[in-house]
Amino acid sequence: MILAPAFGPATLGPASSLAKTRAEPRFTDALAGVRGGAARGGDRARTVIEARLSAAMAAAQSGDAAAYRLLLRECLPVIASMARAQGVRGEAVDDVVQETLLTIHKARATYDPARPFLPWLRAITQRRAIDRLRRAGRRLQEVHDPFAYETHADAAPGPGARLEVRERDARLAEAVAGLPEGQRQAVEQLAFQERSLDEAAALTGRSKGALKVNLHRALKALRATLSGEKGDGGV
Amino acid sequence: MAVSESYGQDRGGKHDHLVESLVGGLAPVRRLPPPSLRAVAWFAAALGLGILLMPMADMEGMRTRMSVPDLRVAALAAVLTAATAALAAFQISVPGRSLRWVLLPVVPAILWIGASGLGCLRGIVAPTTDIPGPREVESCFVFLIGVSLPLSVLLVVMLRRACPLRPNLTAALGGLAAAAAAAALLVPFHPHDTTVTDLLIHMLAVGAVIGLNSLAGGRLLTGKGAPPR
Repeated sequence: MILAPAFGPATLGPASSLAKTRAEPRFTDALAGVRGGAARGGDRARTVIEARLSAAMAAAQSGDAAAYRLLLRECLPVIASMARAQGVRGEAVDDVVQETLLTIHKARATYDPARPFLPWLRAITQRRAIDRLRRAGRRLQEVHDPFAYETHADAAPGPGARLEVRERDARLAEAVAGLPEGQRQAVEQLAFQERSLDEAAALTGRSKGALKVNLHRALKALRATLSGEKGDGGV
Repeated sequence: MAVSESYGQDRGGKHDHLVESLVGGLAPVRRLPPPSLRAVAWFAAALGLGILLMPMADMEGMRTRMSVPDLRVAALAAVLTAATAALAAFQISVPGRSLRWVLLPVVPAILWIGASGLGCLRGIVAPTTDIPGPREVESCFVFLIGVSLPLSVLLVVMLRRACPLRPNLTAALGGLAAAAAAAALLVPFHPHDTTVTDLLIHMLAVGAVIGLNSLAGGRLLTGKGAPPR
């Protein structure tokens, strides 16, 4: 709870490591500029973002679906961070993001490309965030045990969560890399990429039966490796 | 890499479904004209209504009344209130516009109500003033509501095309605009000087319009009820 505000921008960071939106770091810069006004480098980044979002929205107004998709995707972390700045926490952030997306869609005719985009977006996000906070405030929150309430862990991942996840990923990747070729392929295609048996069979050129057997063996081997590892290191 | 993608807490993927459905529902939209232009359009409609009612007007009486300073100020202030309140309503119905627009109609509104209130004193100072009978009061009330209703409906329809993030405030401004416009339009038809009863009736009518607008407009303008475009 207390850590959440400091953790806010940091939760934006990991998304960039997924290489999904390569402009992510610049977004964070821009936000720092928007929110604090302190970052000097952020000012320039903000104008770059401004120009791009504004152009994307103008294109979306004339029916350009690709530009619209890009715009909405790029808006997601911006909206989430704006909502957090309003004091929205935890899962409520996602609610605000969704409601804001819906409002953007409905209000897209009101955007004037001659004006900056972020203030337009912020006005909508803040309103939706306040709506959400009011709804939550209306629900009764009687505290019978103040100590338990204060010390209750936040539902959001803790400070070390990313580190743990990364270590676990690395361990798993290592274990998978040590598997025989066929088993490795089965795990990657069926488990990590979440492909269907048919798709995986078409991609790897193996039969569905072979894939199934390989996956089964791979999981058994992984279970043995990873649990053994845990037994060694943990206890 | 694939491993971290399946294990990491990916935030972006959560909204993919919604993003795709919104992208799928994308249709080209006509950009909304600037709020000032929209306010002018509404004001022109109000003026048009006035011109339409012109044949019923009592121009001679109006000229006499306009020579009285406080009546003139009240009439002018009502016109100004209607214009500024409409402009403010259109401005704040667009996301990202400053909320300070709300302050714009405050001075004209105070002037309008103040000058009308000053007229009341004449009833005390000059008791010979022509006092309207109950029938005339009734027709005046009917006129105010009858004129402001179509103006309000038009305003609400126009405001709904934007995205009023503060529906109640927008509706209150809309109600003020419609009520002031109706009061301004009443001037050429009102055969009396302002009196206490007159002002009370006016205030009642204005209050009724603003209240109704806030109640209905607030519902009408909440964005959620508005059809997705």
